[in-house]
Amino acid sequence: MKILVCISKAPDTTSKIAFKDNNTAFDENGVQFIVNPYDEWYALVRAIELKEAQGGSVTTITVGGADNDPIIRKALAIGADDAIRVDMEATDAFQVASEIAAKAKEGGFDLVLCGKETINNNGAVVGGMLAELLDAPYIPLATKLDVSGTTAEITRDIAGGEEVLTAQLPVVISAAKGMAEQRIPNMRGIMAARSKALNVAAPAGTEASTEVKSYSLPPAKGDCTYIDAENPAELIKKLHEEAKVI
Amino acid sequence: MRTDLYQGHDYYNMDDLLSEEHKLIRETARAWVKQEVSPIIEKAFEDGKFPRHLLKGIGEIGGFGPYIPVEYGGAGLDQISYGLIMQELERCDSGLRSTSSVQSSLVMYPIWKYGNEEQRMKYLPKLATGEMIGCFGLTEPDHGSNPGGMTTNFKDMGDHYLLNGAKMWISNAPFADIAVVWAKDESGRIHGLVVERGMEGFSTPTMGGKWSLRASDTGELIFEDVKVPKENLLPNKSGLGAPLGCLDSARYGIAWGAIGAALDCYDVALRYSKERIQFDRPIAGFQLQQKKLAEMITEITKAQLLTFRLGQLRNEGKATSAQISMAKRNNVDMAINIAREARQILGGMGIINEYPIMRHMMNLESVITYEGTHDVHLLITGLDITGENAFK
Ligand SMILES: Cc1cc2nc3c(=O)[nH]c(=O)nc-3n(C[C@H](O)[C@H](O)[C@H](O)COP(=O)(O)OP(=O)(O)OC[C@H]3O[C@@H](n4cnc5c(N)ncnc54)[C@H](O)[C@@H]3O)c2cc1C
Repeated sequence: MKILVCISKAPDTTSKIAFKDNNTAFDENGVQFIVNPYDEWYALVRAIELKEAQGGSVTTITVGGADNDPIIRKALAIGADDAIRVDMEATDAFQVASEIAAKAKEGGFDLVLCGKETINNNGAVVGGMLAELLDAPYIPLATKLDVSGTTAEITRDIAGGEEVLTAQLPVVISAAKGMAEQRIPNMRGIMAARSKALNVAAPAGTEASTEVKSYSLPPAKGDCTYIDAENPAELIKKLHEEAKVI
Repeated sequence: MRTDLYQGHDYYNMDDLLSEEHKLIRETARAWVKQEVSPIIEKAFEDGKFPRHLLKGIGEIGGFGPYIPVEYGGAGLDQISYGLIMQELERCDSGLRSTSSVQSSLVMYPIWKYGNEEQRMKYLPKLATGEMIGCFGLTEPDHGSNPGGMTTNFKDMGDHYLLNGAKMWISNAPFADIAVVWAKDESGRIHGLVVERGMEGFSTPTMGGKWSLRASDTGELIFEDVKVPKENLLPNKSGLGAPLGCLDSARYGIAWGAIGAALDCYDVALRYSKERIQFDRPIAGFQLQQKKLAEMITEITKAQLLTFRLGQLRNEGKATSAQISMAKRNNVDMAINIAREARQILGGMGIINEYPIMRHMMNLESVITYEGTHDVHLLITGLDITGENAFK
């Protein structure tokens, strides 16, 4: 089974978020990047588990510049076999999905996995677009994934319970918490990653179809006021007179 | 213990000097520590026992002989990588780092450097995975700072050596499979011998009652007419310089490790000071607390620069023993002072095992003593700069 895993970088959750270019771009200065946790902990690890159990290969794909190489090396250290980096600065999800689709078609993958979303943009749309471009079924937010023969069995959380689906390969799946457990790379993996192929590919040249007008930070958190549990009247008064929400 | 929220601190952008692989190695060690060790370290310290189930994991993150060549089971990494791993381990606990640096620098290093090919192939691959554990016997009850005075000795009996004597304060001794033991031959020259558990007359009683380094096991090595096969003698170096060469490697690792302990204390104190409100404001706003915190990060940054440069010198094979002494002495002293200041910032909370500071503080009392005491390292610098030997 040939598995493709979409990997992108995301700012470490402790990073200070700031914008530049008149609030139209994220300021990466001083920001630590990590592998987007949904890509790493769930999609990649489950792909490696499936490969370990059934054979095959795991390739990662990333759309972006050379600044992505550290997170790609980490994915290789965790256990991917090789990596593709489409060398372009994509600015929207359609661009990313189109570029990945072009490579996925060339590679003839049976299974394409991505994280349910990136923790910075939270768009959660690349997977769906990619499936459409590949003319494959898309199953988002999967918490469990098994493959037997050419059939994938997927579990998803739905309101009040779970849904179990099957789909014929090839299929595109986005991974949510539960699909696998984080794997810490080991020294053998780090050493092996040195000699694994990180193939830098020229982009197909998809144009962006959206443009960011501006970013803004959420309003700063206000002070917290404690009100005695015995005194609900005071709470109502404050909500009414000070916060003016009721 | 609380959730381990540790974050590194890099005031002078030292990370720019590291390779991507260095950072991945550090990140790996940190993630493993947070997942496997932080949740259990207070209990291990309280119980006074090294958590042996961690051995395999230490091996997997490269904590056993990372600079040993790949053909002997090591990772063939540079000295900065070794330092970073030691830093991350001691960031959690000095005892954890001790287990790793004893195995790496005091057991694997001499077998690699002073052993022959058969000895390397026999021991190193198993030591690298943690399947086999070693200890290093230099100190004796009557010979600590003056190891050259040792009385442990061996006689050539024709087809084997007969080893007699006792070692004390030996890290990992209670559960080690092998011991690299330093003993004098009949002419009084010091040699290294690999003594294996199970050899008749060899025992390793545990030393109890420690208030420091409790999560590391310490013991004695007792040799009563132990027959040591001749092929267990390390043939390629003898004299006091042989064990001292190992100590150079271990002390270099300790210099990095101490930065880890200091960083953890600083990190905890900084976070606590921003959260703890007294007189209606975070205590971080008071000048006296800022002085403590500002001085801590200043000292940490100085130590980081000193130690990184030492790592470069070691990579080039140029670091002198005296340069290593300076870093070990400076950094451990820096860490112990930061632990004391950090403990004060936490007030009463500073003495509780919900926070790691008091444990670091107690641990560092061993670290400032072993591998050459604080005073001894000062005398090494003194000797180096004046040419006058103040030891005798
Ligand atoms: C937890 C722990 C683990 C250890 N693990 C190991 C191990 O794995 N293997 C091993 O071989 N050893 C180990 N040691 C031993 C350690 O290296 C010795 O304790 C250390 O070298 C000091 O020796 P000592 O305790 O005999 O002190 P002493 O040498 O008796 O020193 C006592 C005091 O006198 C001072 N002093 C000594 N000589 C001089 C001098 N010439 N001038 C001025 N002051 C002097 C010292 O600085 C010190 O303050 C360990 C020790 C501890 C505490």
